[in-house]
Amino acid sequence: MLSKRIIPCLDVRDGKLTKGVKFKGNIDIGDPVEVARRYYEQGADEIVFYDITASSEGRDIMIDVVKRVAETIFIPFSVGGGIRTLEDMRKVILAGAEKVSVNSGAVENPKIISEGAVAFGCQCVVLGMDVKKVNKSAKIPSGYEIVIQGGRKYMGIDALWWAREAENLGAGEVCLNSIDADGTLEGYELELTHLITTNVKIPVIASGGAGKKEHLRDVLTTAKADAALIASIVHYGTYTIAELKEFLSGNGVKMREAW
Amino acid sequence: MIAIVDYRAGNLTSVARALQYLNVPCVITDRAAELRGADRVIFPGVGAAGEAMRNLKEKRLTGCIRELFESGKPLLGICLGTQVIFEYSEEDNRTPCLGIIPGGVKRFPEGMTEKDDPLKIPHMGWNRVAFRRNHPLFAGIPGNAEFYFVHSYYPAPSEDSDIAGETDYGIRFASAVARRNLVAVQFHPEKSGRFGLQILENFSRWDGSHAQ
Repeated sequence: MLSKRIIPCLDVRDGKLTKGVKFKGNIDIGDPVEVARRYYEQGADEIVFYDITASSEGRDIMIDVVKRVAETIFIPFSVGGGIRTLEDMRKVILAGAEKVSVNSGAVENPKIISEGAVAFGCQCVVLGMDVKKVNKSAKIPSGYEIVIQGGRKYMGIDALWWAREAENLGAGEVCLNSIDADGTLEGYELELTHLITTNVKIPVIASGGAGKKEHLRDVLTTAKADAALIASIVHYGTYTIAELKEFLSGNGVKMREAW
Repeated sequence: MIAIVDYRAGNLTSVARALQYLNVPCVITDRAAELRGADRVIFPGVGAAGEAMRNLKEKRLTGCIRELFESGKPLLGICLGTQVIFEYSEEDNRTPCLGIIPGGVKRFPEGMTEKDDPLKIPHMGWNRVAFRRNHPLFAGIPGNAEFYFVHSYYPAPSEDSDIAGETDYGIRFASAVARRNLVAVQFHPEKSGRFGLQILENFSRWDGSHAQ
């Protein structure tokens, strides 16, 4: 039986973590490679890196980070943020990432999904979706709309339609981020997660809102997500990944127990 | 020296990085002479069977891989590398493959469920492998270890004696096969943490002798 995955997300700018990460009994560490190693040792099932660098110099630094991560941890990891071209994808994959995540780049140019799937295989291409709840309408029948630029720009695209479209184009996985829930620490958007994961055949990673261990249980059971993305809940030392997994295992969620 | 077969199929560098981490010398090559000269050969791969077979033929490596198996050299197949050692794959309108192990590679059936929930395809993530025998490659792996999988097609050996390990995902399938000097796994040892690295390390010491 397949285990549900727990996936810490690290935001990187100019090669450094943008939020401090505290491990119990340790001070903040700003090196993404070092933090990735710690999460790997603590039982993370996968790691997501999100590059929020603006400059091209910063992007080269990120490729160097990816290379060092690939020499350090031996679990899958994905890299997203600013991926717009096949060449962007190629650089990240050649540097050692298992998967590459496209978000606004795919909204602007959906062909990048199919081109990436042909060039590197479906399993490499993750569609990142930023979603906000809106009133249901003829244009947005699910009541969930695709947004970009951190939620500032509404794209007039229905989230459910887009997830299915991306699946047809060859995406291997969806990383579904609720902008409404993101940063609240009040729990994942369960309704949205359930809607998407039960209407596509590819795995769905739920993102945004994890603040308590019960939130992970709810999104992985009630909302049927295949994986849960986490950030603050582990970065600030509230729980270790091992503690979250132990709680989830005890609550009937199938977890990878040994690492 | 371990040679990693280069047939333009995906994860070659991640296998090499895992071996480098273990301080095991390795080379990525598409030259038959270099493959024949290596102590051991890893046949990796990510992608589709049709393209893989086209690339192997183009590089004139199909005969070489069969020859390596016949010569008794320790061989490790990974993921797509495992799939193309069978007689055929259902992928890409039934692709004829190398035929080293009798049997085929089949697509997971549509409509698989677990506890009433539909199962996703690809089978992506961590799952257990019930190892059937005491093979030297799986020494030191605890029973609750899990490995990282990502695939939509699964190996279906026709001879039961070739099955070395099984995994449940809607159906029970052969996630590890072993015959003489060949071991082939559907999961990715190079992406399966400590236990995956253990398998690679075991392989780096294996002389290809029969399992007990």
